[in-house]
Amino acid sequence: MRSWLERAGFDPRFTSLVLALAAIWIALAVVTDGIFLSPRNLYNLSIQTCVTALMACGMVFIIVARQIDLSVGSLMAFTGMVIAWMQVTWLGSDTTGAAWLSIGGGLLAGALVGVFQGWWAAYREVPAFVVTLAGYLMWRGAAFLVADGQTLAPLALPYQRLGGGVNGSIGTAWSWALGAFACALVIAAVLRARRSRARYGADMAPAWADALKVGASCAAILGFVAVVSAYPDPSAAAEGATPPGKGIGIPVLILIAAAALLHGVATSTRFGRYVFAYGGNPEAALLSGLPTRRVLLLLFALMGALAALASVITTARLNSGTHSIGQMAELYVIAATVIGGTSLAGGAGTIPGAIVGALLIQSLDNGMVLMDVSSPKRQISIGLILIAAVWFDVVYNRKQGK
Amino acid sequence: MKLKTLTAAGLTALAAFTAVPAQAKGEVVGVSWSNFQEERWKKDEAAIKAALEAAGAKYISADAQGSNEKQLADVEALIAKGAKALIILAMDADAIGPAVAKAKEAKIPVVAYDRLIQDKDVLYLTFDNVEVGRMQAREVLKVRPKGNYVFIKGSPTDPNADFLNGGQREVLKAAMDKGDIKIVGEQYTDGWAPENAQKNMEQILTKNANKVDAVVASNDGTAGGVVAALKAQNLVGIPVSGQDGDVAALNRVARGEQTVSVWKDARELGKAAGTYAAQLAGGTKVSAVKGAAPWSGGTKKITISSVFLKPIPITRDNLKLVIDAGWVTKAQVCQGVDAAKAPAACK
Repeated sequence: MRSWLERAGFDPRFTSLVLALAAIWIALAVVTDGIFLSPRNLYNLSIQTCVTALMACGMVFIIVARQIDLSVGSLMAFTGMVIAWMQVTWLGSDTTGAAWLSIGGGLLAGALVGVFQGWWAAYREVPAFVVTLAGYLMWRGAAFLVADGQTLAPLALPYQRLGGGVNGSIGTAWSWALGAFACALVIAAVLRARRSRARYGADMAPAWADALKVGASCAAILGFVAVVSAYPDPSAAAEGATPPGKGIGIPVLILIAAAALLHGVATSTRFGRYVFAYGGNPEAALLSGLPTRRVLLLLFALMGALAALASVITTARLNSGTHSIGQMAELYVIAATVIGGTSLAGGAGTIPGAIVGALLIQSLDNGMVLMDVSSPKRQISIGLILIAAVWFDVVYNRKQGK
Repeated sequence: MKLKTLTAAGLTALAAFTAVPAQAKGEVVGVSWSNFQEERWKKDEAAIKAALEAAGAKYISADAQGSNEKQLADVEALIAKGAKALIILAMDADAIGPAVAKAKEAKIPVVAYDRLIQDKDVLYLTFDNVEVGRMQAREVLKVRPKGNYVFIKGSPTDPNADFLNGGQREVLKAAMDKGDIKIVGEQYTDGWAPENAQKNMEQILTKNANKVDAVVASNDGTAGGVVAALKAQNLVGIPVSGQDGDVAALNRVARGEQTVSVWKDARELGKAAGTYAAQLAGGTKVSAVKGAAPWSGGTKKITISSVFLKPIPITRDNLKLVIDAGWVTKAQVCQGVDAAKAPAACK
């Protein structure tokens, strides 16, 4: 089965991950009497997944390059406090532009922290595990110091929309337009690939396989749009008439934009190729004259900025900045990345995989609360899934090797 | 931090130099902090100092910086410097044992400050956490005597989470037995993190199709997560409880988004500790302290003389209290409050 899947141009690792996710969804839908698959819950799930998924996109690069970043949860707390402090204490939440300025400040702080950690890891050759473990402690402490442990609230109104709550979505019309556009992009990409393969006489997947791929992708995109459009917007429900549909949440748009950009960087830029080359064989990369140190430094800066972006979503959702956000986030992010098929040995990993990995973890967490499962038991289940996913990888790689 | 250590060291040194003449006028009271870096203890320290000064006693202190071993050495040092009574904020309820034994050998009375020390000869002084839970449930019950209730509990690893929930259930028990109140959701909050409380609340609301009438949340952080989840469903205004008197939470109380924040005034606790310690240093027996009562609710079931201070539930009706006490400013509490619906404190 694997061979024809591969001949047809499907990544077996990714396909089986999606199938596993589908199985989990069906199981959760059955045990929760369908609540799990209701438009409302799927909207919630899409928002709840964004934070982990966003950071997992960056973690793919980090782990592919044989590094690790344990500081992302603490960094979320620190950058979140910087953002909240800029808005509440410094500029005042009602000041126009405070929201955007604070986001800029947060992203800058995240990137600078990343540069600091990257410098120690790349130029001073302190192992990334140690540097970011130190960061895990330091940025959590720094988050406390920003406001002496106080919670800063409320945040600016336009900023709150970035959390996907009240007015936090783009409505049905825009959602359908975006969905159709995304679908068209998928079709165009496949057609272009086929044309160029034909021109060079390269192996080509059968037409039915590509059609199936396009069909499945478009069905997923438009299905998602249909689901979130079917969720009546609760904040507009006051008038008594049928409320309009919610549409795609803004955090999801942020995630999609970041993921598309990073996927592009990974697959079709020189920087992306350097990262994978370095992860595949660091010595060869160095001897071929790749600027390995600079690449590593940039990777950590990217990760820092992504942690800041994740904290924008978290603080906007909470409508407050607290120093306790992002606890254990680093572990969930690494778990999502690994479940998504990124190899801890470096050199291999994909961004779509990491996002599906994050979605899988959050689905379990989300569904089990609906089932009234307590948090310690939820942690055990997610732990077991992590082992199962990596075990599957081991088995799969062994078979590949034969 | 450096400055703080220096100041503490300076004070200790100063106290050591003046210890001999000081004994003529007032007794020396030693305070052993577990970890002075945490923000709140500054407020406690100021209150303890003031109370000791008022009683004519001298304050000396040491900071264990989060280390059990250092705290043992600290206590020995405080005894050596002539302390006639000790106030100990124990890093660990059991590991502090040898230090307390040292103090007992030297016939020096010990006040267990805010954290339990399981020893029959200490005076245990803290806020009543079970009572905090009772107050939270009581205020919510006042607003919504019937309906679907949700418990958003604290961290599963913190024993206080269960003390609080115990108090909450105690108050609601009668109504629950009658069937007036139905618990439709109950979750611990990992690490007391607001974002986890928010996710749990979103799922509980989804499961119950928004048919939730009241939320008993265990602190202000989790209440913040709950209110954010309610806001997304246009449900703001259903009763929600909390505790700590966070600025953000008091602002929510003024806006009508949260019902109550149970407030534990650290300065009251510090004042009580200072007063009691001065009395003990002057020769009063632990069991004879005014207001102390035997209590045996610890894990080892030892009977300990205890004083439990009553926290204060802050609602929109008595917001003025926290403002007048200088805990927060009026501007902080009343930020963004709609003038037409503003509570008395914001007018």
